[in-house]
Amino acid sequence: MTTDLFPTLEFPLLELRGVSKTYRSGSLQVQALRGACIAIREGEFVAITGPSGSGKSTLMHVLGCLDSPTSGTYRLAGQDVSTMSEEELADVRNRRIGFVFQQFNLLASLTAGRNVELPLCYAGVRRAERTARATEALARVGLAHRVEHRPGELSGGQQQRVAIARALVTDPALILADEPTGNLDSASTTDVLDLLAELHVAGRTIVLITHEADVAAAAARTVHILDGAIQNDSGVHQEATHRG
Amino acid sequence: MNWWETIRTGLEAVRSHRLRSGLTVLGILIGIAAVILTVGLGLGAQQQITQQINSLGSNLLIVGPGSTTSSNGLRGGLGSASTLTETDATALASKVVAPDITAVAPAVQRSESLTAGASNWTTTVVGTTPDWLSVRARTVSSGRFLTTQDVTDHAAVVVLAATTAQELFGPRDAVGQTVTVTGIPLSVIGVLSPAGSTAAANEDDQAIVALSTASERLFGGATRTSVQNIYLQAQSSDTLSAAYQEAESELSNLHHVTTPGSEDFTITSQQSILNTATSVTQTLTVLLGGIAAISLLVGGVGVMNIMLVSVTERIREIGLRKALGATPRVIRRQFLVEASVLGLSGGVLGVLLGVAAGLGLSKLISQPVVISPLATLGALAVAVAIGLVFGVYPASRAARLAPIEALRSE
Repeated sequence: MTTDLFPTLEFPLLELRGVSKTYRSGSLQVQALRGACIAIREGEFVAITGPSGSGKSTLMHVLGCLDSPTSGTYRLAGQDVSTMSEEELADVRNRRIGFVFQQFNLLASLTAGRNVELPLCYAGVRRAERTARATEALARVGLAHRVEHRPGELSGGQQQRVAIARALVTDPALILADEPTGNLDSASTTDVLDLLAELHVAGRTIVLITHEADVAAAAARTVHILDGAIQNDSGVHQEATHRG
Repeated sequence: MNWWETIRTGLEAVRSHRLRSGLTVLGILIGIAAVILTVGLGLGAQQQITQQINSLGSNLLIVGPGSTTSSNGLRGGLGSASTLTETDATALASKVVAPDITAVAPAVQRSESLTAGASNWTTTVVGTTPDWLSVRARTVSSGRFLTTQDVTDHAAVVVLAATTAQELFGPRDAVGQTVTVTGIPLSVIGVLSPAGSTAAANEDDQAIVALSTASERLFGGATRTSVQNIYLQAQSSDTLSAAYQEAESELSNLHHVTTPGSEDFTITSQQSILNTATSVTQTLTVLLGGIAAISLLVGGVGVMNIMLVSVTERIREIGLRKALGATPRVIRRQFLVEASVLGLSGGVLGVLLGVAAGLGLSKLISQPVVISPLATLGALAVAVAIGLVFGVYPASRAARLAPIEALRSE
């Protein structure tokens, strides 16, 4: 069934083929992904939905090179990720992917500015340019006046916007957001979704993981996942024909 | 990411975890300071003991007369003969005959009553030569000691030990005063410095006169040419046995001793005292070294715990940094910088505290504390190494995890 749904796209940015992921927790084996197939083109805004435990977070971790699949292949911009070295993977995460996590994952000891700068540090960007680009990214998410504030001094919505600025700062092609609104009130949720929509309009590929239908509605394409396999993929053909 | 950025990141992390950094530094600091202090106290005690033994006159050989055998075959005890003479002493002083003997002091002694004005005091009067001062490792606190001229002149002069001077003249300066011994007035030309707190308490209660004055003007009789003891000084403890053999063969020659065992003299040395002292100080060093090692171990275990906890707490941070593009190498370097900063600042502060406490303590308890560079460096190396190993190794392991595994860890 999943193979029927497998989209035939010419140059997908992300392409998963029959990806499985098995975790071993103690004596128990948990199969988080069972032969998932998905292709995402550059410039798409895709929401991946599913109940908790459906494997959507694992899917995102595989997409973001935060975790490696047990079997199957994952091609990122045409390149097989399983052949990449640790250094190459670090470079991919640094330059091609921006992450937004549910728990924000900001370093509490650093100011918002330094947090946003971090990916640039690892990219080897010079200090002056780093500061300028971090300030610019924070301005883009409406937090130009919070550069010197530490995460503890910011509201949840503001912290998530700092995290989005950090995801943006290296100018990655792909932004992966894992339940970015999960810890936010409705006003902040709207802010964050508007921001992601804006970025999509600006040409970035966005993959949004959520279990809330109204959050998923922000995306043009919705992929439903259940028990580790793609169950339903809305508008992939429409998107493909529309774009292609 | 270059080294400068890595160092900046490391320093940032050290600063943002003040309590943890402080505790780590404290653990290293206490360990190192404890090692410096205990080793310093041990070495100080060792130095003090050696000094006390040296104050008896180290590298010292004492030649005494052998036993006598009377005409009816009754044998006297050691020292009852009066077979040693000034000639023996002169022969031993020869650099050709005994190159390892640096100073020779023949001595006669007798208990006499000393009178100075209204006060009197009975003490040991020693007749000897100027070399006595260096052989017995003594110094003069005021005035001067005997000279060769005094010996040649049978001079009517005397040098008093500290207690004797105190008993006869009280707080007044004894130099220039007159002391009468067996009816002969002697002019006090000097006072000896105290020999220090040694077992030989009477070292500070004696009166020293020229050998010629003693034998010919004060004592007379049988002691006119013979001496009771000849004190010999060797260059160092290494040449002590050579000096011993030179003295033995020369005296055997002079006294026509042909069969070993029939010598009419005995030579004793401070070697036995030195041996005892060496074994005592060795035990002391081992004991204090053990205490130091234990304190370093305790400090090291403390540092190890804090480092392990610190890294475990920060596995999420490692995961996040990896998700943002840090390579394992960059992560390792960051923790290396952090551990080095903590280790070195703890080490430097520990050395400063140890040295300062050592100096303070030596003033306070008037016991020398010797700062050993070797122990200091060793303690520093061990503490920094523990910090590095337990700071970097777990971080390096965490850096090899998949980012999400690290991010998920609580």
